Amino acid sequence: MSAAENPPRTVRVEIPQHLRTLAQLTGELQLEVAEPVTLRSVLDALEARYPMLRGTIRDHVTLERRPFLRFFACEEDLSHQPRDAPLPDAVASGKEPLLIIGAIAGG
Amino acid sequence: MSKVRVLVGTHKGAFILTSDGKRKDWEVSGPFFAGWEIYHMKGSPVNPDRIYASQTSSWFGQVIQRSDDGGKTWAIPGGGQVPAPDPEPPKVSNKFVYDVSAETGKPLTTHQWYDGTQHPWEFKRVWHMEPSLTEADAVYAGVEDAALFRSTDGGASWHEFAGLRGHGTGPDWQPGAGGMCLHTVILDPGDPERIYIAISAAGAFRTDDGGKNWKPINRGLYSKYIPNPTAEVGHCVHHVAMSPSRPGVLFMQKHWHVMRSDDAGDNWTKVSGNLPTDFGFAIDVHAHEPETIYVVPIKSDSEHYPLDGKLRVFRSRTGGNEWEELSKGLPEKDSYVNVLRDAMAVDTLDDCGIYFGTTGGQVYVSPDGGDNWQPIVHNLPAVFSVEVQTLK
Repeated sequence: MSAAENPPRTVRVEIPQHLRTLAQLTGELQLEVAEPVTLRSVLDALEARYPMLRGTIRDHVTLERRPFLRFFACEEDLSHQPRDAPLPDAVASGKEPLLIIGAIAGG
Repeated sequence: MSKVRVLVGTHKGAFILTSDGKRKDWEVSGPFFAGWEIYHMKGSPVNPDRIYASQTSSWFGQVIQRSDDGGKTWAIPGGGQVPAPDPEPPKVSNKFVYDVSAETGKPLTTHQWYDGTQHPWEFKRVWHMEPSLTEADAVYAGVEDAALFRSTDGGASWHEFAGLRGHGTGPDWQPGAGGMCLHTVILDPGDPERIYIAISAAGAFRTDDGGKNWKPINRGLYSKYIPNPTAEVGHCVHHVAMSPSRPGVLFMQKHWHVMRSDDAGDNWTKVSGNLPTDFGFAIDVHAHEPETIYVVPIKSDSEHYPLDGKLRVFRSRTGGNEWEELSKGLPEKDSYVNVLRDAMAVDTLDDCGIYFGTTGGQVYVSPDGGDNWQPIVHNLPAVFSVEVQTLK
């Protein structure tokens, strides 16, 4: 069976408070993400479901991560891994959340 | 009964201050967009209940907000809906992409960086929103890195006037301390094709054909901090003001020097006169007396606070050169705040009200043209911008 025929995975994502406010969300969110589960596919799914978040996590044109945001999961910093690299199985299976974190507090 | 609605953008959210025509008792609402930087808010002259706001953050980038009920509720224009399927591309209200298209665009070039090297143009935020004088759905946005955008769908999508960025002098433009921002947009009420803008630090520009072509209008400016003090571009213009009743007469607060032009910016004359210091950011014109102008002198470019800790507005009733100190009701000592470029405004009531906000979080009003002042609020976050709507 090809990847496209696999059922979507349920991925858990935590986003910063200001983005939750923009998207009118409370707490952690769950997304249906087609395999393979990567940073790109998770962010594509996030922005498709919450269009108001487009441009707030990654650049509209380059799709590069905004500099002051980081991606953490399973106690690892995934911010610099290729955007098409598979995320850890624990994230793809929904056991662990993908954390989108404001890199610098305060201000 | 007339009312006024004061739109205050701050370092940590937006606030709306309302009062009747007496401008004595005030209601304060907010914070809206708490925790975000609100660079500017402004209401449409066509539909005063429509207000545009620039919400921005170093972390999360740019967001555009719009209210259609006078600031009670807000929404991201077009942003709450799932994108329409092809072929209609989704509208994205915070997508400010420089136009490099073959049809209407200009190549993405470079500008001067702080160290003198060249640096690519990068969008950072919207500094100023200027609603159209004739269409409620049309609004202009002055952005950093300097460019002018327009939306004709209520802020849901934006298109750049690339002729300004592509003027050809871009490599000589450079960022001021706050970034290379297009902070001033003035629409000419008598000529819909004429727009004035100002950039720190490039100078003032004007279009006479609706934004297609632009020319620098900086003749007469003298700036000793650039290699050629009288260069065509490179001047750190802090703000420009014009009375709608007298298009073509402009007043400018430059980095140093207060200037005026009587020919739509083609030539400028220094009118600092007897000001104790002619450094400053804010400048505005009385609503009914086009020769009456206001500035807030700041000590110097390295000490951004009033002289001697005395917060004072200066008024000229002669279009410059002769200035009088206005201090009644303002702090006489220990005031070390700044008044930023977009943080002064005037209402259009018969007895013209003058307003300004400070980086210390105070917003002051004078309901009598500057003679007497009172604080409306004392402890907001640092005030970035103040605009006033006069509601009949």
